[in-house]
Amino acid sequence: MSTPPVDQPLEPTQGAWETIVRGVRMSPELRDGLRLTLVLAALATAGRAIVPLAVRYATDHGLGAAGTGIDIPMTMVVVVVAGVAVMVTMVASGLMNARLAVAVETALSNLRTRAFRHVHELSSLHQAAQQRGALTSRVSTDIDTMSRFMQFGGLHLVVAAGQLVIATGVMLFLSWRLTLVVLVSFVPFVLLGRWIQRRLTTAYLLVRERIAQLLGVLAETVVGAPVVRAYGIEARTQDRLDRAVDDHRRAAMRAGRLSAWFSSSAEVFAALATGGVVLVGALLGVGGTVTPGTVVAFIFLIALFVEPVMIAAEVINEGQNAVACWRRVQEVLDLEPDVLDPVDGDDLEPGPVGIEFDHVGFRYPVRDAHGQVVGPGAWALRGVDVEIEPRSKVAVVGETGSGKTTFAKLLTRLMDVTEGEVRLSGLPIHDIRFASLRRRVVMVPQEGMLFSGTILDNIRHGAPEAGDQQLAGAMADLGLADWLAELPEGIHTQVGERGSALSAGERQLVALARAYVADPDLLVLDEATSAVDPATEQRLQRALAGLIEGRTTVTIAHRLSTAETSDEVLVFDQGRLVQRGHHLELVAAEGVYARLHASWVVGTSGAGRG
Amino acid sequence: MGAATETSTPPTTPQGVFKRGMYVLWVALRNAPGPFALGAVGAVVFAAATVGSALALGWVTDEVLEPSFAAGELETGLLWLGVALVVGVGVLKAVGVVLRRYYAFLAQFDLQAEFRRQVTRRYLALPMSWHRRHSTGELLSNANADVETTFHIAPPLPMALSATLMVGGTGYLLLVTDPFLAAVGFSVGPMLVLANWIYQHRMRHAAMVAQQARADVADVAHESFDGALVIKTMGREHAEGERFRAISEDLRDKMIRVGRLRAAFDPVIEGLPNVGILLVLGVGAYRVQAGAVTVGEVVQFTFLFRLVALPLRIFGMLLGEIPRAVVGWDRVERVLRSEGDVVHGEASGAGRGGAETALERVTYQYPDTGRDDLSDALAPVGSDAPADMWHAGGEARGLEAIDLDIPAGRTVALVGPTGAGKSTIAALMVRLLDPDLGRITFDGVDLRELSHESLAAHIAIVFQEAFLFDGTVEHNITLGDDYTRDEVVEAARLARADGFIGSLPDGYDTEVGERGATLSGGQRQRIALARALIRRPRLLVLDDATSAVDPAVESEILTGLAEASMPSTVVIVAYRTSSITLADEVLFLEQGRIQARGSHRRLLETVPAYATLVTAYEQADDEGAQ
Repeated sequence: MSTPPVDQPLEPTQGAWETIVRGVRMSPELRDGLRLTLVLAALATAGRAIVPLAVRYATDHGLGAAGTGIDIPMTMVVVVVAGVAVMVTMVASGLMNARLAVAVETALSNLRTRAFRHVHELSSLHQAAQQRGALTSRVSTDIDTMSRFMQFGGLHLVVAAGQLVIATGVMLFLSWRLTLVVLVSFVPFVLLGRWIQRRLTTAYLLVRERIAQLLGVLAETVVGAPVVRAYGIEARTQDRLDRAVDDHRRAAMRAGRLSAWFSSSAEVFAALATGGVVLVGALLGVGGTVTPGTVVAFIFLIALFVEPVMIAAEVINEGQNAVACWRRVQEVLDLEPDVLDPVDGDDLEPGPVGIEFDHVGFRYPVRDAHGQVVGPGAWALRGVDVEIEPRSKVAVVGETGSGKTTFAKLLTRLMDVTEGEVRLSGLPIHDIRFASLRRRVVMVPQEGMLFSGTILDNIRHGAPEAGDQQLAGAMADLGLADWLAELPEGIHTQVGERGSALSAGERQLVALARAYVADPDLLVLDEATSAVDPATEQRLQRALAGLIEGRTTVTIAHRLSTAETSDEVLVFDQGRLVQRGHHLELVAAEGVYARLHASWVVGTSGAGRG
Repeated sequence: MGAATETSTPPTTPQGVFKRGMYVLWVALRNAPGPFALGAVGAVVFAAATVGSALALGWVTDEVLEPSFAAGELETGLLWLGVALVVGVGVLKAVGVVLRRYYAFLAQFDLQAEFRRQVTRRYLALPMSWHRRHSTGELLSNANADVETTFHIAPPLPMALSATLMVGGTGYLLLVTDPFLAAVGFSVGPMLVLANWIYQHRMRHAAMVAQQARADVADVAHESFDGALVIKTMGREHAEGERFRAISEDLRDKMIRVGRLRAAFDPVIEGLPNVGILLVLGVGAYRVQAGAVTVGEVVQFTFLFRLVALPLRIFGMLLGEIPRAVVGWDRVERVLRSEGDVVHGEASGAGRGGAETALERVTYQYPDTGRDDLSDALAPVGSDAPADMWHAGGEARGLEAIDLDIPAGRTVALVGPTGAGKSTIAALMVRLLDPDLGRITFDGVDLRELSHESLAAHIAIVFQEAFLFDGTVEHNITLGDDYTRDEVVEAARLARADGFIGSLPDGYDTEVGERGATLSGGQRQRIALARALIRRPRLLVLDDATSAVDPAVESEILTGLAEASMPSTVVIVAYRTSSITLADEVLFLEQGRIQARGSHRRLLETVPAYATLVTAYEQADDEGAQ
């Protein structure tokens, strides 16, 4: 049943071009006003050829290098015209930049939100915890990478490509022979540059890996400081740290060396091209084919040529990376949610909720590395027939893997059955509108998962419209007023990231209060296993009693006491419901429950009764 | 406790920042003189070759191209000389680039490595009380991100030297050739530096704000996906979607601001040199007419302008980098200057059997200033960063003038409500903390007089938060010390870890993953316990060390300890009645004081507060055992 992580490198399912086309189709914001942006881009790029041309013209015709004598007014005309053109270029380039930023960021923000909403509809989010990290990356770092590329690299790439085209065009216009000289000189540079860049990509990958390792060792040292200290292993720890620091340094230097070679190779090829232009230019000039101004203009244009080639070599890898990110986001959007809100669904009747499981079976789907379902797995639950009366308190017991958690997930429709049917108050659960189901059926997960914010904020998740007074009143109903009074800020105490400022037991208190204000008719409790201190324990018991009062309650029990005080116990073993009945009956009978009970008793027997 | 002196107040005025910045530059230069010197050589070669390339071009235009074109015939020797000159100067430039860049990187990474080593050495030497005052994120950030940011100022230094030389060289040439052309140059150059500086300054701020927004987006996604179960079962998906949309749009707006800034400044910075070139052309025409300069010289200057414009950007970058480097350095320096290293004595704690341990009039107060709050601690390290008492502030409280004596070989339970000081006593007994007043003895010797090796060899503590290192199960038990496999297995058996280790894919050689992520809490605790037991310590402190272990297994472990020939005095911080009843004696703590001591049964009868506390468990844990 283990699901492979979404993150591992894969054969791309669609090509780069297909990804881009699909991506643009998905994000119409990218096309808004694109035509004007492209016109501006063309203007901006064309502007880059102005100055070399102006220098050439002024040298030949204004300053009289071609032997015509100095012509001041002509020079002034050239300078003013070129000056105006430069200004226009600047404005066009600025507008283009701004428009692109708006279009790209708007599109990406919407894509991000869309992917986020979609992920929440995927059941793998709570089925496979190991995929959560990957799914978080889809809506954060992946889209960040795209944004960075589109705003920095992508823009450069577009402008660089344009510059290359325009520089080549101008060169061809001035002299095709000299153009040939320049192009021929640059072919080896392009090849060498690509080669170095590919090695650089691997080198940077290694640097990132080394940084991650360094952070790992560092985190161990910092978090594990008491252990390091108490066990006197400082020297060994320092050795590991030094090694990680040095490994990173070496990897970084390897990348640094490559990058230094790359930039200097650009200089070498520029020098070769310049030398070639002077040589061939002189030969042609003597024959009258080119003017000195043309040769000078070419030398300027070479600079226009080097820059884009370097940029292209540098950002093309980033570009591939960004496309890969885009593809990954699209793949997440392609995943079908497996539990759907019914169209024209029904609402649950008001009043207590009864439960029926009619020959229910469930097998977890097996997913491939993309998260796509490829086939069914083993049966996690099979042939379950059970009816639970409204307002009864039922405990579900069984060993790990017995199917009791699956039972709870089907009951709350976190997943849909593979066969059979689950009915709540006689209605098939898949016909109940989500809005109605989620309001009437509430599950309290094992570790009270909290969100950063205050205690009040967290409780409000159960009843978004409730006023502060009402929520505070609910805390009092559950006997938690004295606990709140002990806290520095009372109900306004910040719970910290994932509730880390509270103890495990206190987090559960808040989770119970949250469920209480939601006021469900069917409550599904996944009992916590972690030990808490006695004062909190007492409060938990009190709050729990207040919470389950008057509701149908199904508890996944880890404690014997819970099973004992329930109206009925359901015993699961290897995916089957093997026993049901009251605790006393089940203890008396031979079977799974009696066995579980025996080991519980051993577990708690150390606690003498004074 | 000799608290670290952390008084360096960061400068806030621009002059202050600049002065500090110069100091950081000095620190960098002093600590990597070799690479910087060679980088400077590269910078000089590059600068000379750059100015030289413009001179060569001017010379070729005036002496080779024009005369030849005018005369219609070629002087081959001169032409080849010209070509050789242009190519030669270009190659020299390339050599300069390689040297400059290579040694700039070397300086940067050497400095990073050096200061990472220094910072982590401090971490390992400073007392736990210091660690308590700093969050995990902060310490990670000091050794990683802060060191990195500080030495971002290294790579631009050689380049800045090149740029200075080039500007100087160009300025000199302009002045010597023609003061009018020089005036043009000197007006555009500073404008360019200024525009760049403003740009970098604003951009840095905008980028930082955007980076923060990016982190916020990731945080919300992370939290929301982690809490998916709650969100789904409470039907809060839509509200979560709205929350995420709001924060995503905030990021969008900040990124658009970054884009707009670039849109405003990029064209100006690109365009200014072009304006300069046109001005040189215009003014140059008059000067050529006046006979002050030649056409070749004008061409040469326009070319030079283009070449120098790009390196000028480096000043803007360097100026922009300085405030960040200063902040980074302040934080790094604060660690390097922290005082109060743990000093160990020479005494050996060797002896037979369990050691007698005593607290004499011990007072310990946690500094109530809390931790030094550095405003931008690192982005969250991950969901599984444990919220342990050592870094998160916790709820531990101080002790006042406590006297306590535990006879050799006894097993004693410390019981009390949260915050009574149990964990503080545990930490003091193993010298993770030193008392403010009073002393703690081990067989009559003050803990501060014991050598570090003896402390580690004879005293062991196991925490509730079982910390595992990324390595094999065996490594986590031996921690690299010399033990045979038999000893490892024996320790694991005592800790009741032997069974589940046997069923792991590679047994004792199984990699446990980062922080033992592949194991359950109870399994981690049992490995941590085996780690302590293998050392056969004379004093064993269990700070709620088996809380995640099944109660049945827990009592097996504790009974096993008593039966095995473990030569230890054992101190247990415990909640469960099952473990409390196994102790020879119970110490009942409240609010940093020992309120009562005696057997569990006697305390149950005579101390109402104790009875209330313990009964809460019996109700919860024990109801079935009738």
